[in-house]
Amino acid sequence: MSLEQEPEPSTLLAAPAVTQFVGAAEPILDEGPPSPIRLFLRKRGSGGAADKAFAALMLLCGLSIFAIVIFIFSILVVRSKLSIAQFGLHFFTHSDWDPVSGDFGALPFIFGTLATSLLALVMAVPLAMGVAIFLTELCPMKLRAPISFVTELLAAIPSVVYGLWAVFVLVPLMRDQFGTFLVKYLGWTGFFDGFNFGEGLLTASIILAIMILPVISSITRDIMLAVPNSQREAVLALGATRWEMIRTGVLRNARIGIVGAVILGLGRALGETMAVTMVIGNHPNISKSLFAPGYTLASVIANEFSEATGDLYLSALIEIGLALFLVTIVVNAIARALVWAVTRGAPARIG
Amino acid sequence: MGGDARRPGEDRMSTNAFHTPPPNGEGEMRAPMDFQSRRMRLNSAWRYAVNHAVTGLAVLSTLLVVAPLVAILIYLVYMGSSSLNLAFFTKIPAPVGETGGGMANAILGSGIVLGLCSVMGIPVGIAAGVYLAEFGRGKALASAIRFTADVLNGVPSIVMGIAIYSLIVMRQQHFSAFAGGVALAIMMVPTITRTTEEMLATVPHAIREAALGLGVPKWRTVLSVSLKTASPGIITGCMLAFARVAGETAPLLFTAFGNQFWSFRLNEPIAALPLQIYVYAMSPYDEWHRLAWAGSLVLIVMIMVAVTLVRIYASRGVLKGAS
Repeated sequence: MSLEQEPEPSTLLAAPAVTQFVGAAEPILDEGPPSPIRLFLRKRGSGGAADKAFAALMLLCGLSIFAIVIFIFSILVVRSKLSIAQFGLHFFTHSDWDPVSGDFGALPFIFGTLATSLLALVMAVPLAMGVAIFLTELCPMKLRAPISFVTELLAAIPSVVYGLWAVFVLVPLMRDQFGTFLVKYLGWTGFFDGFNFGEGLLTASIILAIMILPVISSITRDIMLAVPNSQREAVLALGATRWEMIRTGVLRNARIGIVGAVILGLGRALGETMAVTMVIGNHPNISKSLFAPGYTLASVIANEFSEATGDLYLSALIEIGLALFLVTIVVNAIARALVWAVTRGAPARIG
Repeated sequence: MGGDARRPGEDRMSTNAFHTPPPNGEGEMRAPMDFQSRRMRLNSAWRYAVNHAVTGLAVLSTLLVVAPLVAILIYLVYMGSSSLNLAFFTKIPAPVGETGGGMANAILGSGIVLGLCSVMGIPVGIAAGVYLAEFGRGKALASAIRFTADVLNGVPSIVMGIAIYSLIVMRQQHFSAFAGGVALAIMMVPTITRTTEEMLATVPHAIREAALGLGVPKWRTVLSVSLKTASPGIITGCMLAFARVAGETAPLLFTAFGNQFWSFRLNEPIAALPLQIYVYAMSPYDEWHRLAWAGSLVLIVMIMVAVTLVRIYASRGVLKGAS
């Protein structure tokens, strides 16, 4: 911190010091043409006003980030006033969604969002941990760059392309092969009842898991790389195997940040729209079966917003957007705080 | 305590001088030691087994992660390339039932919307990053902005879409390319802000101080020293943000809306590649599915070219001269 602040006093000192120096040196160097530096300085002047204007402009752009958040929040509140006034908190606790009679409840969408996101986390987190451990601790140096490149590429594929792939490859696969397999071996759990269309909560969760994997694994990797090597060496010197070293030396130190990475993945999963909309089946119901079609907060907006007739319908959809906004803000804030706590060198406690 | 003190001497005697088995005192110790070492050996076998198992699991999970990507890419290239032709790049969509047609208007529309959002988003993003790195060091306000930018980064894109719909489209009573551009610009700003700040933080202070010491005003130092030194990294950040919004569909659904025909005006609905892919993928026509695959291939190739260029650019040594 103290190092970073050093240029500040030097800025203040620079201008007078230089002019004094120039003033004192003037008589001696009177002969000959003035040096390019002096010409430059004469042309520029001290630039006090320009400096202030520039700093103010930059500050304004910085503040625009606050402005964006406040603007999104306020416009969503204003436009969903009708629905908030009509339903109140009851909106989030009842499960009828009937545009014709004007009765709106968001419970099925909340259920769908939570079910798909949590299921996606259950599938993605162990895999992402494996990838991060492999990349930071086990992988030969030569393979490290290509594999992290590939996982980053996975993050660069647009959501709609994942959706397209899911519609034409994953859905038939779920319907014909994987689904029957699940019914045969795990049918007794009751999670795989009902007719298997291929589209449904489980398919949406799988595509979500594929999409949040790179997010979790790349942040986990960064956090594990931030653990100092002395920790690893200390544990290895006590005679630990490599896994014990990873477990006690790395994972335990990095666990706060890893939790942050997982929550960040959760935030991504909660708001993911296109791919989920394309494979979840889009039917507002709450069912125990993972084969049943569902609906998420984001996909109901994507699907019904442009054909919403009537002010109440529209404002109910905007209220769903507002809920999504607030939830993702909270989830992301928690996650960022945790990730920051680790990567910014806060003391990692061993416990 | 006493035993401990005696043992070194006894050891020396037994190993160096006489090569005889240790005296009785030591022999009595051996039975529990043996038992313990057997337990330790078993224990260490178990530990090594766990170690190998975890190593195997880590490798397996990496393979499991890389596999879907490879599967998606291969399938995409296979389906896309077989339906990609010249008409795709030159014709507008054909009416339902007719074969042929392309996505030329969507490619152009994507270009227009992306250009618009870059013009609005990139300067604001870079300026905010400059504030954080050059003016806001150590200030509470800067930390708050940084945190807000990170949080804003995680807000779902569809929320941006309905916010811009509520602000612009509802007021104007029609969908427009401009609204789409604004929605994407809002998504770009936080990403660019954070990368710009990180890149500026890697510029050594000596360079700034050298400029300031010559009497160069601060604004000039920032523009032609700090930003210039960090420019490769900042360009990388902008390209990554660009690649990210290039594939966004959700914020365009209710802003740019899509269009089956050519459209050049900013206040009219405009087609965009991701939107068109979505509409075609959800349609029941095989011909449109074919076009959706071709469109996805084009989109992915565009994004990957951008990302790879960034990689090459970045690996060539972003700040080699400076640091």
